[in-house]
Amino acid sequence: MQNYRYTKDHEWVTVDGDVATVGITEYAQEQLGDIVFVEMPDVGRTVAVGDEVAVVESVKAASEIYAPVAGRITEINPALNDAPETVNEDATGSGWFFRIQMTTPGEFDQLLDEAAYQALTGGS
Amino acid sequence: MALGGKLVPFAGWELPVQYEGILAEHRWTRDSASLFDVSHMGQVEVSGQDAAGQLETLIPASLQALPKGRTRYAVITNDDGGIVDDLLVTRRADDVFMVLNAARVDADLAWFRSRLPALAFRHRPERALLALQGPLAAAALSELAPAALKLAPFAYGEFDVGGVPCTFSRSGYTGEDGFEIGCDGTAAVTVAEALLARPEVRPAGLGARDSLRLEAGLCLYGNDIDAGTSPVEAGLTWTFGARRKAALGVPGAARIERELAAGPARRRVGLLPEGRGVVRSGAAVHDESGHETGVVTSGSFSPSLGVPIAMGYVATHHAEPGTALQLDLRGRQVPARVAALPFVPPRRHRQQPA
Repeated sequence: MQNYRYTKDHEWVTVDGDVATVGITEYAQEQLGDIVFVEMPDVGRTVAVGDEVAVVESVKAASEIYAPVAGRITEINPALNDAPETVNEDATGSGWFFRIQMTTPGEFDQLLDEAAYQALTGGS
Repeated sequence: MALGGKLVPFAGWELPVQYEGILAEHRWTRDSASLFDVSHMGQVEVSGQDAAGQLETLIPASLQALPKGRTRYAVITNDDGGIVDDLLVTRRADDVFMVLNAARVDADLAWFRSRLPALAFRHRPERALLALQGPLAAAALSELAPAALKLAPFAYGEFDVGGVPCTFSRSGYTGEDGFEIGCDGTAAVTVAEALLARPEVRPAGLGARDSLRLEAGLCLYGNDIDAGTSPVEAGLTWTFGARRKAALGVPGAARIERELAAGPARRRVGLLPEGRGVVRSGAAVHDESGHETGVVTSGSFSPSLGVPIAMGYVATHHAEPGTALQLDLRGRQVPARVAALPFVPPRRHRQQPA
């Protein structure tokens, strides 16, 4: 079982070594509704915590995605270009957004754990 | 909320934005038929001596010539030649029936009552309004209200649905065939359940209603038309009819006549941005040399076309379809082309687009 951490902006993060994979939560995709486009960051871009790195477009509105950890963007999910609905269908799996080579891997542990995130969304 | 929809507050009403999801509801409306609860719309009955003739002094449309049992789309103008509201006007046997925008009812009634004190305006907030829209809307009524199938586009009739007396107007806001069905609010669930029991019909929310009307090139009051936009700029002078166009006799006629003669400085147009980013209301429009030429007033993803679409105002010399422009999107410029409206051609029995 992978260890998921969360941000108050409804992003999830998992790590493999010092590479973080980032997406949006089930709660977020449910709130956004049908996702029609994800504007991705350039691979190679260096980001600080809280930088706006991507934008999710639903039919209704656009929402910013912020870097949950600092580092360099190493990969974006190519599937979302042609099939943005993947985020609705599998938000915490194949609907991932991008990967970050972390400069400070310890930042991951400072993110919200499952219980804290559930408390934030009022979920069970 | 028995159907599991999402509600948002608007103009004092709790509105159903979506049920199954905007994309699915939008496509179902284009393929079959959807039922929208639009009870927030203002339903107003007008009575008094020569009501249609008197209303013509505020509404530039041929209402006196409108036969009984017919509905017309029209605008109400203000003293500056802007638009107080857009509405549907129906001439009934004993009165005139209007459907107004929810957020404009109070302003409209104040305007009407101040200018036409001899007429009685009765707002009916206790009446529900259900819009049944889609190519199979008529089929869905074939057993419930077969007489409604005989209504021509923009015709009005009164028929029972499941024992509930209803008003029917063959009109809508989606570019599809359809009916707007009024009934007493206490009976609305009975009517809605009877319609939703039909296999052709599913519930749809106001999110899909907005993407449907934008594809159909129809204006949303407060976005695409308002107190500052004239009917000429908005491309709505087709609602006047030849007789009224020749002798307007409404508030703001001087500006409207001037724009009719010389052309308006800006026009409402369709805009097709390149790429997948959705350009939304409020985005600035620039020409190819970077000069600001207008503003986006509505923008969404088009479920039918699979691309973003938008509507807005641009300087008249940039309003020709095909003109290359640029739209602001999160600090960068997205190339776009002016597109003819509507984006999706309306099918039979439609509100005539601009």
